[in-house]
Amino acid sequence: QSFYADVYVEDGIIKQVGENLAVPGGVKVIEANGRMIIPGGIDVNTCLMKSYLGTQPVDDFLQGTKAALAGGTTMIMDHVTPQPGDSLLEAFERWQEAADKKACCDYSLHVDIPQWNENVKDELELLAQDKGINSFQLYMAYKDLYQMTDAQLYEAFSFLKQLGAVVLVHAENGDLIAQEQRKILEMGITGPEGHPLSRPEELEAEAVFRAITLGNRVNCPVYITKVMSKSAADTITQARRKGSVVFGEPITASLATDGSHYWSKNWAKAAAYVTSPPLSPDPTTPDHLHTLLACGDLQVVGSAHCAYSTSQKAIGKEDFTLIPEGTNGVEERMGFVWDKAVAMGKMDENQFVAVTSTNAAKIFNLYPRKGRIAAGSDADIVIWDPDSVKTITAKLQQSAAEYNIFEGLECRGGPALVMSQGRIVYEGGKLQAQQGTGRFLPRKPFPDYAYQRVKCRNQVKSKQGVTRGIYDGPVYDVAPTPKYITPAPSAKTSPTSHQPPPIRNLHQSNFSLSGAQIDDNIPRRSGHRIVAPPGGRSNITSLG
Amino acid sequence: MSYQGKKNIPKITSDRLLIKGGRIVNDDQSFHADIYMEDGLIKQIGDNLIVPGGVKTIEANGKMVIPGGIDIHTHFQMPYRGTTTVDDFAQGSKAALAGGTTMIVDHVIPEPGSSLLEAYDQWRQWADEKACCDYSLHVDVTHWDDSVKQELDNLIKEKGVNSFQVYMAYKDYYQMSNSELYEVFTFLAERGGIAQIHAENGEIIAKEQGRMLQMGITGPEGHVLSRPEELEAEAVFRAVTIASQTNCPLYVTRVMSKSAADIISQARKKGNVVFGEPITASLGTDGTHYWSKNWAKAASFVTSPPLSPDPTTPDYLNTLLASGDLSVTGSAHCTFSVAQKAIGKDDFTQIPEGVNGVEERMVLIWDKAVTTGKMDENMFVAVTSTNAAKILNLYPRKGRIAVGSDADLVIWDTDAVRTITAKTHNSAAEYNVFEGMELRGAPLVVICQGKIVLEDGNLHVTCGVGRFIPCSPFPDFAYKRIKARKQLAVLRAVPRGMYDGPVSEFSMSRGGTPSASARTSPTKQPVRNLHQSGFSLAGPPTPEDAPIRPPGRRIVVPPGGRSNITSLS
Repeated sequence: QSFYADVYVEDGIIKQVGENLAVPGGVKVIEANGRMIIPGGIDVNTCLMKSYLGTQPVDDFLQGTKAALAGGTTMIMDHVTPQPGDSLLEAFERWQEAADKKACCDYSLHVDIPQWNENVKDELELLAQDKGINSFQLYMAYKDLYQMTDAQLYEAFSFLKQLGAVVLVHAENGDLIAQEQRKILEMGITGPEGHPLSRPEELEAEAVFRAITLGNRVNCPVYITKVMSKSAADTITQARRKGSVVFGEPITASLATDGSHYWSKNWAKAAAYVTSPPLSPDPTTPDHLHTLLACGDLQVVGSAHCAYSTSQKAIGKEDFTLIPEGTNGVEERMGFVWDKAVAMGKMDENQFVAVTSTNAAKIFNLYPRKGRIAAGSDADIVIWDPDSVKTITAKLQQSAAEYNIFEGLECRGGPALVMSQGRIVYEGGKLQAQQGTGRFLPRKPFPDYAYQRVKCRNQVKSKQGVTRGIYDGPVYDVAPTPKYITPAPSAKTSPTSHQPPPIRNLHQSNFSLSGAQIDDNIPRRSGHRIVAPPGGRSNITSLG
Repeated sequence: MSYQGKKNIPKITSDRLLIKGGRIVNDDQSFHADIYMEDGLIKQIGDNLIVPGGVKTIEANGKMVIPGGIDIHTHFQMPYRGTTTVDDFAQGSKAALAGGTTMIVDHVIPEPGSSLLEAYDQWRQWADEKACCDYSLHVDVTHWDDSVKQELDNLIKEKGVNSFQVYMAYKDYYQMSNSELYEVFTFLAERGGIAQIHAENGEIIAKEQGRMLQMGITGPEGHVLSRPEELEAEAVFRAVTIASQTNCPLYVTRVMSKSAADIISQARKKGNVVFGEPITASLGTDGTHYWSKNWAKAASFVTSPPLSPDPTTPDYLNTLLASGDLSVTGSAHCTFSVAQKAIGKDDFTQIPEGVNGVEERMVLIWDKAVTTGKMDENMFVAVTSTNAAKILNLYPRKGRIAVGSDADLVIWDTDAVRTITAKTHNSAAEYNVFEGMELRGAPLVVICQGKIVLEDGNLHVTCGVGRFIPCSPFPDFAYKRIKARKQLAVLRAVPRGMYDGPVSEFSMSRGGTPSASARTSPTKQPVRNLHQSGFSLAGPPTPEDAPIRPPGRRIVVPPGGRSNITSLS
């Protein structure tokens, strides 16, 4: 809802909301003049420290959070991206240390899981229970680096579900991308246009579909990061219609621009757009994504802000697969959603607040501390000016990158005043951010927004075997050559190795009667020996 | 090759047949005409035919005459862990003929690691000895390496096989990774093969199977619980994606569930070249029987992907078949005796998979789709026979009643009513998954290779008369579109000046390089060389364009300096 009221803030917390508030003297008064007051934005996806081949993005926590504040975003959630083999815990601590020193606004962290093994499990448990991390990202792309197999994903989903975490998925089919990349390099295409050509949106949609299938099987909430294409978004929409617990996160870039720029004659400009999944070359994509955002099929907006300088991008000047991936967008995020969705009449102001702030707070269990203007919530507040018009250009941006992928776009709507932790950090175009004031916000597992349904389904979905008479008819004697024949999982999990239910024990004592199963090799198509049990054929095997 | 084409055909020149007064139903039209057959071929069609004397005449009395059915998916005499399916080529093709099917296409399944050609020869030998009707073969590709490629080449070019099945399920056994699938599809697309796919996500199935067994569910219901239809749909979606990337026609065998069928129709709507094959079992019955108290009955329904427990599935699949979203029907006939099924009595993952259906296929579709008004008789011919012939590139030799086509045809009785039961079926299996169903429609007369094999309810078959029918690559039905797209889908690089600005120092030692890129250096490409010679012309450095550089970043400046092509546009 929207309503008129005054807001009184003290000690970084909203103390009172209402009319004719009784407040102490000497309070600084900001006259909003009927303008909108909204909860500060939450950017759910930034990568301010994601190193690539030893280089760091040009926007670190200082630069990045300054840009965030200038755009009306008062909290960011950064991805901790350890390399395969690194300790997740150490990586987390490095990120936290860097952010504590530099961040100008509150932040929280997602941890990316670069590989799956037993050690990781312990660390994840620790992170989830002691460190306040409730969201972990898994990769379906980046073959031979971060990519996990379906079986690993299944295990990871099951494990993270027990921890009550939100599973973030980078959804692209890495196997096929590797094949396509090789093909395209062989064809002599080495420029940035090879990037979208080797990562067509079909592969994104396919991976989204697979991730959702896995989520359904494990009964675990799935959160798709970086929804870049129509078909991926449609897949999410359909899954939600079927009842899957799945969230989709389009990013500033996919909401405001498209992938036609990959074909730019200017290499550096084309390279600036390189991110994964790539921007869709279909120019109607942003519009479609906004529509889905407005109707609630996509829930949150991130920026995936990961800015590399042109010289860093040039690592891949002769091979597009080496171009560091990432686009800017943390500063422009709120503005573009307003411009393209609210100003166009697709979305109302309340939904605007939901997708830029509230939903994120709910999914990641920060609500109502963040994402709401209410007594007791953090004083992260933005006074929004729907009429301001700004032309985006790299010259005026806070980010240190040379290129802005929204260069030249006009954007209606912007923050007139930004308050973070009760302090005014941005007013009238001037930024007064203080380095190191950002606090790390720990988050509890099992966010209701994602897990309430999952818990109910757990209870409903328990499965039972059929109690039936035990088959005691003849059994073919087979050569137990598990070399090819037996699917490995069944070989691994033979029922005898588990705690068998009581009824099974009866069986197994019978079973020895059926004779030597572990037998010599019977030549194929020889006469089939049938081991008839002493009792002979019983009537339960008769036709019926 | 001595194997090719006709062999050991008994002299059938004396077989001259005339069908009078029938209504010929092809996939495109129906009309009244007489048919004269000689030497196993249709020689004349029309009214008042001039035929030699002494010809045996069958009076059709206005009944439908349709092209004999083609069952595009069977597993006769399939070896399984030292046993074989109870229906061999003789028994199986006999059952086929009894049901109005005059050609079968069997799957050759080599053991992973073994030679495809040897397996093919083995199957040919079995079938040539025993088959009572014409047959063709699909070859399943159960592993992937360079020797397989050569064998595939040979099979396509010399052996008359144009369709190959690969598996997305059966982890650690038949299953292929996405990369392998991509390579197989690319390979087949170049050589004009049809990629058939067993679509189920084997990785997740393996996990689910482990979970079910752990929960103590060991009976046949565990089969369907561990292979939910979502996993089928997921794999179909993935296969469609890979096929569309590689521009290869895709054929999904055994469409068992609504959601898998939906994915296929969506893909077709988007323009993908994909064919879906529901089987007799998925069109006629459902997966509720897995919960039967009778273990043997429940086990007889075990097949993969499993029958959907949703009882509205058969109806839905018949509708999609009628609308053309699913293209062909097979039976996946693969029968095991109860004793064989009992290999898995303590563990559902060990139950041999397969259901019957070769005999019931045509009748069942007639009953469920045509008599219910979903489908017309021409579409019936298309999905039971013509489309299969087109996909296999056998059309119009098979799948059509026309002058010059093989004399495989069926006089169809639309009014007959029969009850399916294992007691009277021609398969050797003890159970019939359609037990007790009352079905309308039946073949009245079946003519195979110009000879009457079913008449007045009596079956007269001869083992070994079945010929191998070689299929040639690049069937138009699938490849016309593929070829056109290949020409359109040429990718081109953007000709642009070389970037010659600063490049950050980076270390490759972190292992951050995708393996694909490391292998292929772009400098080898001729088109690049042209560029590279041109790039020295790029203008002098323009210092004012130099971007704001974050402090503390080391930059490698190339000798030529920054050119203006890197400036903001």
